[in-house]
Amino acid sequence: MCTTCGCSDDARAKLTNMETGDVVLMDEHSHHHHHEHNHSHDHHHHDDGHTHSHAHDHPHDHAHTHAGMHGTAISLEADILAKNDKLAERNRGWFEGRNILALNLVSSPGSGKTTLLERTIRDLSSDIPINVIEGDQETVNDAQRIKDTGCRVVQINTGTGCHLEADMLARGLKDLQPPLNSVVMIENVGNLVCPALFDLGEHCKVAILSVTEGEDKPVKYPHMFSAAKVMLLNKADLLPHLDFNVDQCIDYARQVNPDIAVFIVSAKTGEGMTEWYDWLRTNIPATSKEEAIV
Amino acid sequence: MHELGITRNIVAIVSENAGDRPVSRITLDIGKLSAIMPDAIRFCFDICSKNTPLENARLEINEIPGQGRCDICGNTIELEQPFGQCECGSRRITCIAGDEMKIREMEVI
Repeated sequence: MCTTCGCSDDARAKLTNMETGDVVLMDEHSHHHHHEHNHSHDHHHHDDGHTHSHAHDHPHDHAHTHAGMHGTAISLEADILAKNDKLAERNRGWFEGRNILALNLVSSPGSGKTTLLERTIRDLSSDIPINVIEGDQETVNDAQRIKDTGCRVVQINTGTGCHLEADMLARGLKDLQPPLNSVVMIENVGNLVCPALFDLGEHCKVAILSVTEGEDKPVKYPHMFSAAKVMLLNKADLLPHLDFNVDQCIDYARQVNPDIAVFIVSAKTGEGMTEWYDWLRTNIPATSKEEAIV
Repeated sequence: MHELGITRNIVAIVSENAGDRPVSRITLDIGKLSAIMPDAIRFCFDICSKNTPLENARLEINEIPGQGRCDICGNTIELEQPFGQCECGSRRITCIAGDEMKIREMEVI
């Protein structure tokens, strides 16, 4: 599976284990960039004056030099993202088997995802164990901020790639080793387009939109908002200073996704966070909740 | 610009299936609601297919128009975007066509 997106072969995705400081390059992906063909296989040139009719189907071990004249059509019916989807399903099973709630946090850059995560982890630290996979193109800055909250975190740098893919997450989970009955927050690369296409095996996507952005983002980026189950409208503390129309924004989101759950929050002041935490609690698999209460 | 990554996936899948045989044509089904731009795929294809069995292959893209079915009244509607509203007022629309991202066929020599 190609891990890159609009980029060269050496996108250099890398993983940083914040516990050990180990850095691993994640470039062992199999780009099936095939070897050159020299067309040296079984050529039968008909230069002996023999001409044959091409009105029949050719047996296919019989290659010919008249390239493109008569090929054999082979039905593939292959999903282009099949490899990613298959790996995502494996991740999903991995989470289910460990009774882990995995959430894929998606947003534009600067929506306040990391601040929201920091607050969520701190506020819930006494009853819900949360660990984090951080996705960014570069730096371990976000992972450091998350680590300071006291939870486990692995940073994946996608290099020039603009989203996380299922194989990167699988690799990150091996290092993260989240405990049974816990929550794994996957902070995707800030981008409202590509992460919508790539299933990671999460329970659901949570889209974060800040009120400093346009209220029409849900209709501008409909794939993301229809793929998400939850929209967190962040930085609500700034609303008095802005012209942002909350009702209009929610209406746009529901146009794209009638079932989307919306929470108006401020990760800075804590406003509205209780409802988000309630949602988290109700979505944690049952035994996890029991464990968390004990 | 995820089309370069997508195009690489296409080339990888077809190469795997083609083995040593040169590919003369591939046909894709790309839905109009799929968040993939066919022109960008075409642009990337020339680059991605270099030194692969697809090097001289013709790229055909079937663009599949968007279609949805209303979850409430069952009506079928045309979709220009991955969401819409039915005549009955419902916005609960299930996409039934237009989200394809498929390699339908390849032709080997």
